[in-house]
Amino acid sequence: MTENILEARDVRKSFGGVKALKGVSMSIRKGEIHCLAGENGCGKSTLIKIVSGFYEPDAGEITINGTTYDRITTAQAIREGVQVIYQDLSVFPNLTVMENLAINHQLMAGGTLVNWSGIRRTAEAAAALTGLSVDMTELVENLSLADKQLIAISRALLSNAKLIIMDEPTTALAKKEVSRLFGIIKRLQAAGISILFVSHKLDEVFEISERFTIFRSGENVVTGDTGGLDDRKFAYYMTGREFAEERFAAGAVPGEPVLETRALTLENGFYDVSLTLRKGEILGITGLLGSGRSELAKALVGYVPADSGQILLNGLPVRIASVVDAVRHGVACVPEDRLTEGLFLIQSILDNIAVSRWDALSNRFGVIRRREVEREAAAWIRSLSVATRDPLLPVQTLSGGNQQKVVLARWLANDLKALILNGPTVGVDIGAKYDIHRIIRGLAGRGLAVLVISDDLPEVMSLCNRVLVMRSGRLAGELAVKDSTTEELAELSMRE
Amino acid sequence: MPGPGNLEEPMRFKRHLRRSEPYIFAALLLLCLAVELRSGQFFTGNNIVDLARSLTVPAIFCIGEMLVLISGGVDVSFPAIASLSMYVVSRYLDDYQGTVALNLFVGAVLGLVMGGLNGFLVARFRFPAMLVTLGTTSVFSGILFGALGAREYPVPPPMYDLGKAKLFSAHNPVSGLSSDMPVSILLLALLLAATWFLLNRTLTGRGIYAIGGDPVAAERAGFNLFRIQMFIYCFSGALAGLTGVIRGSMMLNCHPTNLNGMEMTCIAACVLGGASITGGKGTLFGVMLGITLMTVMANSLILIGVPTYWQRVFTGAIILVGTGVSAYQALRGRRKPGAVARRAGHA
Amino acid sequence: MPETLSEPVRRPGFFGRDKNFTRLLAIFVLVFIGCAILKPDLFLKASNFQSMAKQFPEFGLLSIGVALTMLTGGIDLSVVNIGNLAAVLAARVMISFAPKGSSPEQTLTVVVAAMVLALFVGALCGAVNGLLVSKIGIPAILATLGTQQLFMGLAIVVTSGRPISGLPMIYARYGNRNIFGAVPVVLAVFAVSALIVGVLLSRTRFGAKLYMLGSNATAARFAGINVDRLYVLAYMLSGLLAAVAGLIMMARSNSAKADYGISYTMQSILIAVLGGVSPNGGRGNVQGVVAAVLILQLLSSVLNMFENISNFYRDILWGIVMIGVLIINYLINVRDLRRQSQ
Repeated sequence: MTENILEARDVRKSFGGVKALKGVSMSIRKGEIHCLAGENGCGKSTLIKIVSGFYEPDAGEITINGTTYDRITTAQAIREGVQVIYQDLSVFPNLTVMENLAINHQLMAGGTLVNWSGIRRTAEAAAALTGLSVDMTELVENLSLADKQLIAISRALLSNAKLIIMDEPTTALAKKEVSRLFGIIKRLQAAGISILFVSHKLDEVFEISERFTIFRSGENVVTGDTGGLDDRKFAYYMTGREFAEERFAAGAVPGEPVLETRALTLENGFYDVSLTLRKGEILGITGLLGSGRSELAKALVGYVPADSGQILLNGLPVRIASVVDAVRHGVACVPEDRLTEGLFLIQSILDNIAVSRWDALSNRFGVIRRREVEREAAAWIRSLSVATRDPLLPVQTLSGGNQQKVVLARWLANDLKALILNGPTVGVDIGAKYDIHRIIRGLAGRGLAVLVISDDLPEVMSLCNRVLVMRSGRLAGELAVKDSTTEELAELSMRE
Repeated sequence: MPGPGNLEEPMRFKRHLRRSEPYIFAALLLLCLAVELRSGQFFTGNNIVDLARSLTVPAIFCIGEMLVLISGGVDVSFPAIASLSMYVVSRYLDDYQGTVALNLFVGAVLGLVMGGLNGFLVARFRFPAMLVTLGTTSVFSGILFGALGAREYPVPPPMYDLGKAKLFSAHNPVSGLSSDMPVSILLLALLLAATWFLLNRTLTGRGIYAIGGDPVAAERAGFNLFRIQMFIYCFSGALAGLTGVIRGSMMLNCHPTNLNGMEMTCIAACVLGGASITGGKGTLFGVMLGITLMTVMANSLILIGVPTYWQRVFTGAIILVGTGVSAYQALRGRRKPGAVARRAGHA
Repeated sequence: MPETLSEPVRRPGFFGRDKNFTRLLAIFVLVFIGCAILKPDLFLKASNFQSMAKQFPEFGLLSIGVALTMLTGGIDLSVVNIGNLAAVLAARVMISFAPKGSSPEQTLTVVVAAMVLALFVGALCGAVNGLLVSKIGIPAILATLGTQQLFMGLAIVVTSGRPISGLPMIYARYGNRNIFGAVPVVLAVFAVSALIVGVLLSRTRFGAKLYMLGSNATAARFAGINVDRLYVLAYMLSGLLAAVAGLIMMARSNSAKADYGISYTMQSILIAVLGGVSPNGGRGNVQGVVAAVLILQLLSSVLNMFENISNFYRDILWGIVMIGVLIINYLINVRDLRRQSQ
């Protein structure tokens, strides 16, 4: 039998009355890449925090390297070689690369003084471990996300890591960066280090790991070899529901053009983009991070207006210099990052929906007709099945999927011509993703022109009827969904 | 070191242009030259000494404020702390005849205790530092004027002697004026050296930058947030207490009200010098340039024939222009993809 | 500062179910009773209430202005200086165009024109703040710190640093008069201003958008809100209220000066926080601020009634009250969170 680096047995943890972990067990073998998957709130993060010593479990035990703990402290976890790489990476933007790499090491070594030549040596050694090649004196805030991640990994390796836990490390990475990361993970494995890879993307689970464990609502669902896993099973294990794959078929006759661009250009963003979005269609735009897809979305709604080129609405040129202009013309956008760009977290669900309706639903003195606003919002909450007991609760009490529905609902009551959705289901559970796709299809069915920007290729394939690919700021190709495969799309978007 | 040297040099040069120190240095130089051209009196011994003299107290305040700003907070209570320390030391040690070190020490300890209260409220409850220090300002100045009934008071002999002591005297043959270089400037130099060492050579110092950059990451890395914040506010409080005593001795008299408003000048100087109001950034060099610029401006209006009551207009304008330029660049940079995309590209 | 996570926010209606306001009302009642017990003979007199009613409108208006800007996630450190600049300019106009011996009609016209000018200057100064914050992107605390110096500097330049006195008699006479012999004019001005701002915030799209802006400016932009305009309007309104406060101060002292009421800056921030306005933006309302103003006025009046207690004890009390409120809110939040998780 293979030795285990980590064994968790019947671990339980409650926060107040909420049972986050209802007795989960899992084991990770020495030198294996193990994948932990599950929907948001299934207890993955809680287990990670228990293993790394940030939370104390209510019951259960943890064995690391043969030593069994009822409760492990952060210091003990580090001594046992457990290192966590958080999603936010925990790097210091205002410090140099070299200090970021070496600061933990210095802290662990103790003492009061900083040894700069030691820092430099340590940092260079750390960078060599992962092949990180950036200027050691550059500030980390000026680096790309992928480099920041390498810093976090290099830093973890320095402290003699035996088990590295990576919490959804690929969320914000482009495909090329993902393959670089996977290369490094394989190298670490070859060096005898175990990896716990937390992810809910099936293709990644397949590609990188040998075994997997899935949690659902704080319980083990399944542990096994990755070999026997497929799409349907994976989704079923994660959600406990069955999903039929759907593809969107636009009306046989394409509608008239709604939103057109002519040679739209934004310096350092995108160049010479000419596209046509028709009534009743769902047009997808995909491309790697930095391909200009997000910048294009922001330009179309005037958040960062383009430098040159034309935007036409229903065949007439319009000037869109701000989001206010865009909304006035009937073009709106669901932004990429729900938490920082979409929602007003401390405000109520009601206000988060109504925010785009106050102008329409107020009298000429600007007094809001509150009853109407409430009635309208309540109707949207019902029809999009936003799960909440009180629309006056802060929107931050909702789960990710429900929050996304709120951002969507905001625009539905308006008389829109075109809706631009940037990453409509990022960080959303499979169940809610399914709901949101259904809503979007319904909108297009009712004649709205929908533009979906996403790097989730299966999503683009199942949601859109036509896909444009962007590469280094330019439109690089087009696919009709009904006679293409996801593989063709992937090939097109990653071609150098 | 990765990369060929010839590629790194221009990069490093560009990096320097992203900082604010070169600009503020240029502005300071221009201002000095302009005053010199207009009056011919700027680069005279006694004017420089006068500048150094009026710089001493605000410069020490700025050291403390900068530490707080780097850690992501802001402190508006130091003038109140300084005034209270100054008054208590003057009033209750008034017949003490020994060495001035005791006065300074007592002042610093009083300041440390008051700063400690700020630190505790900020570090324990995570309250916004601005509100905490506003509240304690109210308390400290209430104690000063209410409980102690402060008014002008002579300083004790050792402080008086310190105020009278001079390193040297600069005489201006044209105007016939002469100015004394105060001994306290040595203290400023000492504190600058000590703080530089603290910030750049100790783990606590790096911790101050780290918690200003990302407090959560700092805690994960193993920095003790509570201890570092307590340290910062105690340190800044102690500096304020010490500075109060120095101020008293330099004025040869204890004026409990005349530090009011200094907090605004010092915050402005720090920000002008590149310290970030959102934390994580700031250098002693930049901040000293900032406070020098503000002081030169305030002191030189008379030299170029502008009535003194224009001083505040200029101070306000400098703050707005100084902070406005970098803020506007940042605003453009944040909205435009260029900066990010280009940098992401070089990976 | 920890925010309550679980409580419903901003109930509809003017008073709604606002826990913070209820708490403040309870404190107000307690303080009132406490004052009445401590100094029944002095406190419970009509003249005392009248003199209180003449004291708080000026800093009350400033506090409402500061609260407005704090709702957007900013702050306005320049309110007192805007008030003084407006007053100083109005005083200049009154003295220049209605010197002693002018006809009553001319004096009246000039006084009214000067007041309009003051309001205009207030709004203009506020607009400058708003533009610096929105279009230039200077953090509000720094922008208003700069304009604080700028406006005060301009007022000093206008007055050469001296107080302006000798205003037309009619100004102070009307300013200090009581309506129906009981309600001071300044109280009425305060009440009307507070009511207007209260309605703006709770009933109109302007107010609703302001709360959104304060809780997330980026999301507000994406939601199609004209963010820059909203910032400018909020700071303009704050400047306008400051100018009204300046006119009131001018009536009370019958003079104008560049540095009147400097301590009001800190005090109005304190009142806004005490009144439940979140320094992070997006939370708070006018009724809370008004309650906080009244509480502070009661405390300060009753302190005045103890002859051997210096006025400066008030400052100690203010500081303790403010930090106390922060700690109480903190404890309530901790309790709520614990209760929620059980």
